[in-house]
Amino acid sequence: MGGRDMTAQAPLLRVSNLTKTFGGVTAVSNLDFELPEGKLLGVIGPNGSGKTTLVNLITGFTRPVAGRIEFRGRDVTGWPPHRVVGEGISRTFQMVRPFYQLPAYKNLIVPLYSPRVKKLTGGRYGDRSAVALDLLEEVGFERDAYVSYKKAGALPQGYLKRLELAKAMALRPDLIILDELFSGLSLAEVASIVPIIEKLKHQGKTIIMIEHRLKELFRIADGVLVLNYGRKIAEGLAAEVMKSPAVRDAYLGSEGD
Amino acid sequence: MKKRKERIDRGIKVRAQDIFALTSYREMLYLLVPGAIPVVGLLCFAPMLSNYWREVIISTAIYALLAISWDMLMCAGLLSLGQSLFFGIGSYLAGSLNHYLGLPPILTIPLATIGGGLICTLLLLPVLRLRGIYFAMVTLVLPLMLSRLVEATRILGGTEGLTGLTPFPNQLTAVFLIQIVLLVTLFGFRRIKGSDYGLVITGISDNDRSVMSAGINIQWYKAQVVFLGASVGSFAGAFGTHMDMFAGMPGFALDYSIMPVAAAVVGGVGTFFGPLIGAFILVPLSEALRALGALRIVFYGLFLVIFVVGIPEGIFPYIQRKYQQVERWVDVT
Amino acid sequence: MLLGTLIYGFVNSAILALLAMGFNLTFGISGVANFAYGAVYIFSGFSAWIFLNTLGFPYVVAVLAAILLAGLMGLAIYFGVILRIKGMPLSEVMATFGLGLAIMELFRYFDFVGFRYTLPVFFDGSLSIGDVYIDYQRIIIGLIAVGLTAALYLFTNHTRTGLALRAIAQDERSALTFGIDPDLVGGLSMAIGCALAAIAAVVILPLGTIAVEGGYEVLINALAVCIVGGLGSTVGILVASVLIGYSQTFTANYLEPHWMMLVSLIAIAIVLVVKPSGLFSHQKELEERI
Repeated sequence: MGGRDMTAQAPLLRVSNLTKTFGGVTAVSNLDFELPEGKLLGVIGPNGSGKTTLVNLITGFTRPVAGRIEFRGRDVTGWPPHRVVGEGISRTFQMVRPFYQLPAYKNLIVPLYSPRVKKLTGGRYGDRSAVALDLLEEVGFERDAYVSYKKAGALPQGYLKRLELAKAMALRPDLIILDELFSGLSLAEVASIVPIIEKLKHQGKTIIMIEHRLKELFRIADGVLVLNYGRKIAEGLAAEVMKSPAVRDAYLGSEGD
Repeated sequence: MKKRKERIDRGIKVRAQDIFALTSYREMLYLLVPGAIPVVGLLCFAPMLSNYWREVIISTAIYALLAISWDMLMCAGLLSLGQSLFFGIGSYLAGSLNHYLGLPPILTIPLATIGGGLICTLLLLPVLRLRGIYFAMVTLVLPLMLSRLVEATRILGGTEGLTGLTPFPNQLTAVFLIQIVLLVTLFGFRRIKGSDYGLVITGISDNDRSVMSAGINIQWYKAQVVFLGASVGSFAGAFGTHMDMFAGMPGFALDYSIMPVAAAVVGGVGTFFGPLIGAFILVPLSEALRALGALRIVFYGLFLVIFVVGIPEGIFPYIQRKYQQVERWVDVT
Repeated sequence: MLLGTLIYGFVNSAILALLAMGFNLTFGISGVANFAYGAVYIFSGFSAWIFLNTLGFPYVVAVLAAILLAGLMGLAIYFGVILRIKGMPLSEVMATFGLGLAIMELFRYFDFVGFRYTLPVFFDGSLSIGDVYIDYQRIIIGLIAVGLTAALYLFTNHTRTGLALRAIAQDERSALTFGIDPDLVGGLSMAIGCALAAIAAVVILPLGTIAVEGGYEVLINALAVCIVGGLGSTVGILVASVLIGYSQTFTANYLEPHWMMLVSLIAIAIVLVVKPSGLFSHQKELEERI
């Protein structure tokens, strides 16, 4: 994330002074960062460092105590989730909870029903099921294999994560926030999902990845933000960030316990 | 040697639902007959019945409408314990339009249907944000309190109610009207549930978080469902009012709340056919048990407990399974 | 007039708090909304009456037996019905509602209707404060409401069982890892809730007759107080009881007794518009939804 980029164009997302407390416990405190369009930002930090709370704050699932979130220069602080999505931010959940009773492709009908999709396609989206099957193919469901028609409850974890990604992509977002997409996946599965994310990046999508798998993350991230106890302790290129003593302390300290 | 029950979808069902290939009249009939049973049953047999049994059919249909409306709310995860709220509001609306403004039933019933739907939706709007349990509590409390309101303020005829309202021209008109509305509601709601819109609605009750993150305003969709359910319930109330030529506090009575829930649970929640079947079992049964007085309600209560705890799927899904699947015992080695 | 209104308002608040306490306790601990609550209340009233008049027990024994019976009934409801559908709140509500209905209407069927179904007061007589006469029973209601609140507070904050109950209320899964059996605690919470309903019944019912309709009334009142105060919050219940209790008494004395029930309706309406989850609810924003 070069300094020139930041000044040349207004950032897609600007978070300033963001603070959230849960009954005395500070989950996110005084957080500031900017994210230019088309970049992939990795957010890392030990467990309980406020990463998921940050996602919930940006996507409107919780309200901040103080601070401001701007998306494309527009203040979206405290908006309800559906309006945030309408602006073009979509997310995945760490705990995947699909509609278990429905076939995988039918799971995508709900996001495809969203007002945002209706607006972007001008109402001409054709058959939602067909669009859903295309999307599933994009995230690696084999075309014409039975797997897209299987009940979501019967899918293995790897496919559920892909389904979650497809749900977020179905909304045609400008900013996708992936909350620990790789957690619980094998190396091979991660390796097969990485190209999908790279492809999204090439399409010009801006991405925030909350991740514990640092190796895979650093390969694709443009910049990294490190959180600890809700505070930003480092920000910058991956290689530089890991050299910072504060980060080593936070990581090694927490892993050493 | 152990045995296990195996269930396999009938070929016809698979061809009809997944690959849409029908090859013979037999298969067409297989698909059409279940839908035709209620249509033929209601429209053809009712005129042949005696006056007394027509009355029973009418009151069954009223309860069936309330039960189907209950089922619609349940699709979105909203448990209503106060269907009498919808019934009472529809009843009083139609009654006042007829009593004070002198409008004929042909106007009061549609107005009360839409108006009742709107009023109930507005009343319940604040609760839609909360967990399901609050919806159940508020719907249970509201109708009883509204009947107190009528009693205390003596508005709308107070405890006497509004009497001498315009009746239907004849019984047969009434029978056909309610049966047509019942069938339209039944098949309409089934179609809604099967559509993409219905998928969103059931999605809200399954996993609201996921629907919210799909950019859908779940409060707005729940409000729509409440409007649909409340309108149907209000229609039942408006119809009942003109049937009895009376609108009063009994419209908010607990009977109209408990019977639909029992009917839907017995018949099978979430199928719309189930509540219909449930109502057609329970209401005539209670008619037959009229001599037992309060014991009828005891039976409903017990039916409710037994089905909720022991047979949660209800009668209709059982019939459906027998119709669509082959069962056989296979050896487990 | 004003002094009388203040005193009777307090008694009325105490009655409401007593009625809501058991329902709220069960919900607060195990998350079960016991819609058979009104039925348990009436059941306790009638069972106390039967113990006294049919079986001829001494008063104290009859009352204690009724309370114990209600507690056992709570256990039976929990292990017989709720445990089988645990975790499906809507099914729990339907099942308990149906059960309550069956119990209450069964009493009606067996003709438990009439003025002879009354419970005796603890002590006869009345007291005068200034120019206001108040009977001992109403004073006892006030005392018991205050005493029970205090006892429950001590119980949940300073005893092992109470703390276990609170742990369950916080987080069922981690309580499990500490060796607390959630089923047992759930059954216990149901038993205590029902016993509280029975205490309320034997204390309050002497003021009038035992009637089946009273069961519905009790459930409605308990729900109203819980909606206004916020489900699961003890402070909320107390504040809501005082709020509704006093406004009811003021309405009855200065406007018209008929309007009394409307107070709760208006209170519910206002709370739902201003703060839908109740005055003192500690549900988090997200958890309120469904």
